[in-house]
Amino acid sequence: MMHADTHAAAAHHGPLQHQFDTLEQQRDASTLGMWVFVAQEIMFFGGLFTAYVVYRFLHPEGFILGSRQLDVVLGGVNTAVLILSSFTMAMAVWSAQTGRRKLLTGFLAGTLLLGTVFLVIKYFEYAEKFQHHLVPGASFHFASPFAHSVELFFALYFAMTGMHALHMVIGAGLLLWYIPQAWKGRFTPEYSHPVEIFGLYWHFVDIVWIFLFPLLYLLGRN
Amino acid sequence: MTVATMTPRTNYLNVAFGVKSWLLTRDHKRIALLYLGAVTLFFVVGGIFAGVIRLELLTPEGDVVTPDIYNRLFTMHGIIMIFFFLIPAIPAVLGNFMLPLMLGAKDLAFPRINLASWYVYMLAGCLGVWVLIRGGVDTGWTFYVPFSTIYSNTHVTLAALAGFIAGFSSIMTAVNFIVTTHRMRAPGLDWFRLPLFVWALYATSVVIMLATPVLAISLVMIMLERSLGLGIFDPALGGDPVLFQHLFWFYSHPAVYIMILPALGVISELVAAFARKRVFGYAFVAFSSMAIAVLGFLVWGHHMFVSGQSLYSGLVFSVLTMLVAIPSAIKVFNWTATLYQGSVSYETPMLYVLGFLGLFVIGGLTGVFLATLGLDVHVHDTYFVVAHFHYIMVGGTLMGYLGGLHYWWPKMTGRLYPELWAKLAALLVFVGFNLTFFPQFVLGYLGMPRRYHVYPPEFQVLNVLSSAGSTILAAGYLLPMVYLLWSMRYGRKAGANPWGAVGLEWETSSPPPTFNFDQTPVVTHEAYDYRRKEKRVA
Amino acid sequence: MTDFPLFPEAASTVAGQVDALYLFLVAVSAFFTVLIAASVVYCAVRFRRRDPDEVGGTFHANTLLEVTWTIIPLGIVLFVFFWGARVFFTQYKAPADAVEYTAIAKQWMWHFQHPEGQREINTLHVPVGQPIKITMISQDVIHSLFLPAFRVKQDVLPGRYTQLWFEATKPGSYHLFCTEYCGTEHAQMIGQVVAMEPEAYEAWLAGGAGPPVPPVEAGRELFSQLLCDTCHLDAGGSRGPSLVGLYGETVALAGGGTVVADDGYLRESILDPAARIVEGYQPIMPSFQGQIGEENLFKLIAYVKSLGAPQAEPPAGDGQPRTSVPGGEPTTTDTGESRP
Repeated sequence: MMHADTHAAAAHHGPLQHQFDTLEQQRDASTLGMWVFVAQEIMFFGGLFTAYVVYRFLHPEGFILGSRQLDVVLGGVNTAVLILSSFTMAMAVWSAQTGRRKLLTGFLAGTLLLGTVFLVIKYFEYAEKFQHHLVPGASFHFASPFAHSVELFFALYFAMTGMHALHMVIGAGLLLWYIPQAWKGRFTPEYSHPVEIFGLYWHFVDIVWIFLFPLLYLLGRN
Repeated sequence: MTVATMTPRTNYLNVAFGVKSWLLTRDHKRIALLYLGAVTLFFVVGGIFAGVIRLELLTPEGDVVTPDIYNRLFTMHGIIMIFFFLIPAIPAVLGNFMLPLMLGAKDLAFPRINLASWYVYMLAGCLGVWVLIRGGVDTGWTFYVPFSTIYSNTHVTLAALAGFIAGFSSIMTAVNFIVTTHRMRAPGLDWFRLPLFVWALYATSVVIMLATPVLAISLVMIMLERSLGLGIFDPALGGDPVLFQHLFWFYSHPAVYIMILPALGVISELVAAFARKRVFGYAFVAFSSMAIAVLGFLVWGHHMFVSGQSLYSGLVFSVLTMLVAIPSAIKVFNWTATLYQGSVSYETPMLYVLGFLGLFVIGGLTGVFLATLGLDVHVHDTYFVVAHFHYIMVGGTLMGYLGGLHYWWPKMTGRLYPELWAKLAALLVFVGFNLTFFPQFVLGYLGMPRRYHVYPPEFQVLNVLSSAGSTILAAGYLLPMVYLLWSMRYGRKAGANPWGAVGLEWETSSPPPTFNFDQTPVVTHEAYDYRRKEKRVA
Repeated sequence: MTDFPLFPEAASTVAGQVDALYLFLVAVSAFFTVLIAASVVYCAVRFRRRDPDEVGGTFHANTLLEVTWTIIPLGIVLFVFFWGARVFFTQYKAPADAVEYTAIAKQWMWHFQHPEGQREINTLHVPVGQPIKITMISQDVIHSLFLPAFRVKQDVLPGRYTQLWFEATKPGSYHLFCTEYCGTEHAQMIGQVVAMEPEAYEAWLAGGAGPPVPPVEAGRELFSQLLCDTCHLDAGGSRGPSLVGLYGETVALAGGGTVVADDGYLRESILDPAARIVEGYQPIMPSFQGQIGEENLFKLIAYVKSLGAPQAEPPAGDGQPRTSVPGGEPTTTDTGESRP
């Protein structure tokens, strides 16, 4: 996140930065940097996934019950929205590489829009959980012998989707930064890698959701 | 190849003056100095806490501070020394300064991220200081649940946030180092011509990248539980406090290697420079860094032999931990063999190397004690552990850091430190260190638990020895702060290469110009090729 | 104890094993420390720089040497590993004839109960020559019971039983420490283990104020107070399985899988009955979470244990060197009679 951010900032001062000899070296370095950053992100979510796997093993019934409380339609729509946003992001990268300024701006804006749609749907899902007292804490209420395990499920649900949503918000914030730059024509076929590495970040965040959706919404539902 | 000159010229220090030229710099060398100032500050703060702890332990009764204050003291001592001194010290100061020079690069790959990492570090540091002012935190640096999540009344959330943010700063530094090492090496500088310090920094960066985020998410889960009531580790809900320990040590054991590996790299540089000989078994030393980095990820469970995890997982973690001893031993034997047929001189950095070897050997061997299941049951969470990790962290990392700082000081400042004072300080550190921490091994086997602010009277003699040693140690640390500062203005001017060492960093002037080299150097030889240098000189 | 000991007292059956391991490692460490220090000093002196322009020699790689100093330490650490693992299993696998005590840890005290019913705070009296197994649980944070003279230690967790055993060999009074940092008074969460000759121990047991109620008896009372016996009939019923002869058996679970009916499973079945249902039964039992404290849980479990163990061994608190155990009458026979 911070990485992409400072990169975007670096883009202000002419394409070739002083520490590099060639643009190609600069592009290679940025891309590698983003991959390393993504590896780091995998470990970050890995901690949550580990907790999920351990607790699912310890509390299978509670996790199935908890999973049944989630709205699979909204979750499914959100999955579709994110996959579509990955497509618009990929198109944005292509537009940057081929120097299509207006298309680039449009696709970035489309990605931002879809990301926002995702967050709005997520907001309604969260609000519904609040209404039904499914948010862990003092107000949590679930009539079942497995209430504690269900509460644990929801603690993880909010931690995992919350961390994912935070990454979406950061991505959206970066897009707000990128869109005017794109409109001004700062990204050219020679200098498209800021868009490319942002694309890597965006796809990564999507992929995390592709794992979260089945684990939280689908597994053990039937 | 740039030939060193001693004529006054523009360098990174005198190229610009003024606060802004420092606070907005993107020069890795200036950022290294910013880090130097910051880590020194935190070292002093953490050291003062250690001083009060040792003062309290002079007597068996709790007569200096209250139990609550004592608990905060050792917690803050741990958090500050680990997150704000040991982890950044060598990479962010010496690594930041030397890595581009050693690679023949103009700067790190991402200078802005480098500067940002310092600001993020300072933000975390300010948050840490804020926690201190508000009354501190008392969970121990290990943040064990459910004490940290449910029972502690101190500022756990803020302290965890400080650790979380500090982690970000290490991640930024690590991305920079990994990418720089891959993409910014001078022509001809292939992987097996890299100085061993670069290998060590690379291995460290990989560990930082893979381990730090796991700590980050563990701390996030603690913060969520405390602030939003998401009881992920709450035993009342069926949450598992031991799972937190697994996640925590999955980071925090590799964190030990984050702290020690760079020091091992520094020692390789110093041994070569002061024996004027290629490091013995170069490839073995390089790969042992990577082996330690990899094995370091597989041994976290050895912190949990008595935690209630299964006996059989104890077996696995024990045997894997034993294996870490091997690459560490390989390094020690290779350094010793480097001295053989060397041309050994005894400047201060070399004294630190000799001290380091002794302390690291003891620290490493006592690690085998702790990895031994039947023995760990007795010494776990006693002063034996405290002594062991101080031998590694202070005897190892800090000796490496001080040795490296003296070695590269002329390069960083263009001035030589006063040799006599420096030797005296090195001696004080070595003697003071052993007097402080060796008695703690005995105390630990006797059964004195760690984190005790009062203790049975029969442990007093050893505790007094330890406290006495700590005053000598403190003097040994204060001296360099004074004479190094003094030398920045009054020290003798250093040439480009005061030690007659080889390595790209010695081929540019001292202090180096902003972009390090007048022309990009071309490397045609192995690392530490002292024979070749001889031929050239001759 | 002297005023300035350098080595801890050894007062349990495993202490000697741990000390042997320790002394062996001290010897190995001393050997390598001296070897390396001597080599370093020798090289540093012998190969000191005699001329400012002198450089080192060319001897900088030797595979045979590398292999040697890889293999030798590897052999040593693997040897130490196996040795350590053996001691470790001795430290944690309690002998079958161990007498069962319970401990509840809370900020900042230790609460022990003897099988005969005596309760103690921060002090534990035990007979020498008798293996003692302590089942422990915490009411709040993680604690750790450490008995340095016995060379044993075990973390005490909230929500989960852990066990520690030892056999004292020497009468005396020994330190008892909490070694997992647990808050303000962590350093005060200490006490004594008093090991006594069996006769002295019996006298001590008899000397308490009034005859204590053994946990088995108290558990039997609780069992009917809480109306457990309305479903868990001795003969088994349609609503709940019989608990006679259950302890230590492998139980088939509804939905597949099995579980050994140990202390942990009994505890879970009381607090969270739905978690693992016995095959052939419905999850209709109410949870007793929040209604039974840790102490009463121990009593209920002691009672269920007394309903018969698979090996038909004398129940806990009975047999072995103790003859004057109050309430130590064979509990297997009275289970049927005392049920309404």
